[in-house]
Amino acid sequence: MAEYQNIFTQVQVAAPTYPGVPLERDRDTRERIGTPIHIKLAGLIGNAQIGPIYLGFLGVAALACFVVAFTIVGFNMLVSVNYDPIQFIRQLFWLALEPPNPKYGLRLAPLSEGGWWNIAGLFLTTSILLWWLRMYRRAKALGMGTHVPWAFAAAIWLYLVLGLIRPVLLGSWSEAPPFGIFPHLDWTAAFSIRYGNLFYNPFHMLSIAFLYGSALLFAMHGATILAVSRYGGEREIEQIVDRGTASERAALFWRWTMGFNATMESVHRWAWWFAVLTCVTGGIGILLTGTVVDNWYLWAVKHGVAPAYPNVWDPASVIDPASIVDPAIANGAAGN
Amino acid sequence: MKTTQQLALLLVLLASAMLTGCWERPPVDMVQHGYRGTGMAQVYNPRTLAKHQDLNKMPVALPAAPADGPKAKDIYKNVQVLGDLSVAQFTRHMASITQWVAPQQGCVYCHNPANFADDGKYTKVVARRMIQMTQNINGNWKQHVAETGVTCYTCHRGYPLPQDQNGQAAYWFSDGGPKHTAGMLGWKNGQNEPAYSVAMASLPKDPFTPFLLGAENIRVQGTTALPTGNTQTTKAAEWTYGLMNHMSSSLGVNCSYCHNTRAFAQWPQSSPQRVTAWYGIRMVRSLNNEYLASLKETFPDHRLGPTGDAPKAFCVTCHKGAYKPLYGQSMLKDFPELATPTTDGKPIAPKIAEEKVAAAAP
Repeated sequence: MAEYQNIFTQVQVAAPTYPGVPLERDRDTRERIGTPIHIKLAGLIGNAQIGPIYLGFLGVAALACFVVAFTIVGFNMLVSVNYDPIQFIRQLFWLALEPPNPKYGLRLAPLSEGGWWNIAGLFLTTSILLWWLRMYRRAKALGMGTHVPWAFAAAIWLYLVLGLIRPVLLGSWSEAPPFGIFPHLDWTAAFSIRYGNLFYNPFHMLSIAFLYGSALLFAMHGATILAVSRYGGEREIEQIVDRGTASERAALFWRWTMGFNATMESVHRWAWWFAVLTCVTGGIGILLTGTVVDNWYLWAVKHGVAPAYPNVWDPASVIDPASIVDPAIANGAAGN
Repeated sequence: MKTTQQLALLLVLLASAMLTGCWERPPVDMVQHGYRGTGMAQVYNPRTLAKHQDLNKMPVALPAAPADGPKAKDIYKNVQVLGDLSVAQFTRHMASITQWVAPQQGCVYCHNPANFADDGKYTKVVARRMIQMTQNINGNWKQHVAETGVTCYTCHRGYPLPQDQNGQAAYWFSDGGPKHTAGMLGWKNGQNEPAYSVAMASLPKDPFTPFLLGAENIRVQGTTALPTGNTQTTKAAEWTYGLMNHMSSSLGVNCSYCHNTRAFAQWPQSSPQRVTAWYGIRMVRSLNNEYLASLKETFPDHRLGPTGDAPKAFCVTCHKGAYKPLYGQSMLKDFPELATPTTDGKPIAPKIAEEKVAAAAP
């Protein structure tokens, strides 16, 4: 008999196309579009059946807004390399749509100086919010709980803090990150440097703990279920109420190795909360940065978080020169 | 092996091949440079250091010349600097400059062979100003160059146009903006391209104009835990970060050579090298303003930058990937004539390049 004995999906069920459950509202069934197809490659990592797809008004609107945002960012990148397709690909990771400079505050900057960033941001945000609404509505339509949209909302919270709420509180769009691969990473590093080391931000600490915790829980849970799949362990939902030998063995394994075990239900609550709290605490940490706390290192010193280390060098040899020399030199006025 | 496993193996191999192209291969040497546990360590790639060995060898100085006999200014015409040297010393110095700056091109790189006193070549006028600059550095910027000092060779290393350890220009021009016509789209704010000047980061590629020519505030961190009026922005931090990337790659050191990176701004946790670097920034800023930028009128157009500015100095101009130029060996001790300003410090009016005079003529 076929078994789940590999880290890759070995078993592919070839089944007739399944159109999905009929829903209460006729429209919800009607608006599913496309004749489903079966792709073996997709079956290797998920379900081989693609479609039918439900877009509906919210989905179409979200996609349209996303395409507008994506096009604005892409064309700004393309023009920044003077429409050169080769340079566009070579430099793609470096290119970005940059938010305007601080002098514009919360006003709309000229398009040639970052105004596009606001427009792209508006469309991207609209798209994301519409997509959230769509997820919520679909979950409701299917009679599901709304765990997925609320988890997505946690990520949106972090996104909104970074790109909207914090810049508005500080009165400047320039405080928001750019749209670009390396540029947003460099921005992140610069952000941490400007605000005195984000690692001393307790909410950043929490966010990291939840992020790494999420990865750990994910690995533990995935491994556990795969390991007991030979006993039918992948039928997790049934085993929440009807523990079988797979569930017993999995529980015993963790009690032996760790002294404590989650249940078939609670492990999913652990994972959900860890993932959600990663974004929730991260968002709080960003929100406090610059608004409430200006230098996280000094904050950590003040509250006894950051340790002190012994001096390696004579403290007298490392005094801020700006505090002791002629201000003409300190200010860098030309002259020696 | 099953197809999926083969596919997976292939993917893993491809991914590792791609990744190894992204960074320097191990092993590297780690040298502790601060209190244990602070992560203050320097990472050196022994293969890169081996490549830099020749670059940092000190050239053999010509034998010292007797100081007696008539002075250069009394024998030769138009000697405006170093005129108090004896003729023998002066000749030794000129020969040394040739060896340091223009070994391929020889004396005629600066001199009109028919009349060595002629100031017709812009290179000669620039060289004279550079001698004054060298004397100024050695005499007035000991906080940065100490008694080790600098000579022409510190920057030039046998090339009339200083090169860095990778053969790139070891001088800079102000960012002229994008080459194509600026329009409504494609604003880059002077950043977001793989820029050599900032170690291939997407950071602002010309942090030198604001910090090493202008005197913009490099410090971005607040000095209090809570906001008390520090108006520096995250974008400002990117410019500072760009400058620091240049310093790091110029000196072949990590951030932690000067900083305890947990608190970049804190002086008591920094190394003494940070103090030296602080003076270095002021020194370069001063040299760019006093000596280099003002040579704009002297240089011919093809030596100027996209905004018509003269080539200027930054950290890599002297350091060339080494924590100390020439690993701290002093050439100055053999050339005491470069140790202090010998003129009254006044710039000797740079002569306008002849082609510019010709162009300006009716």
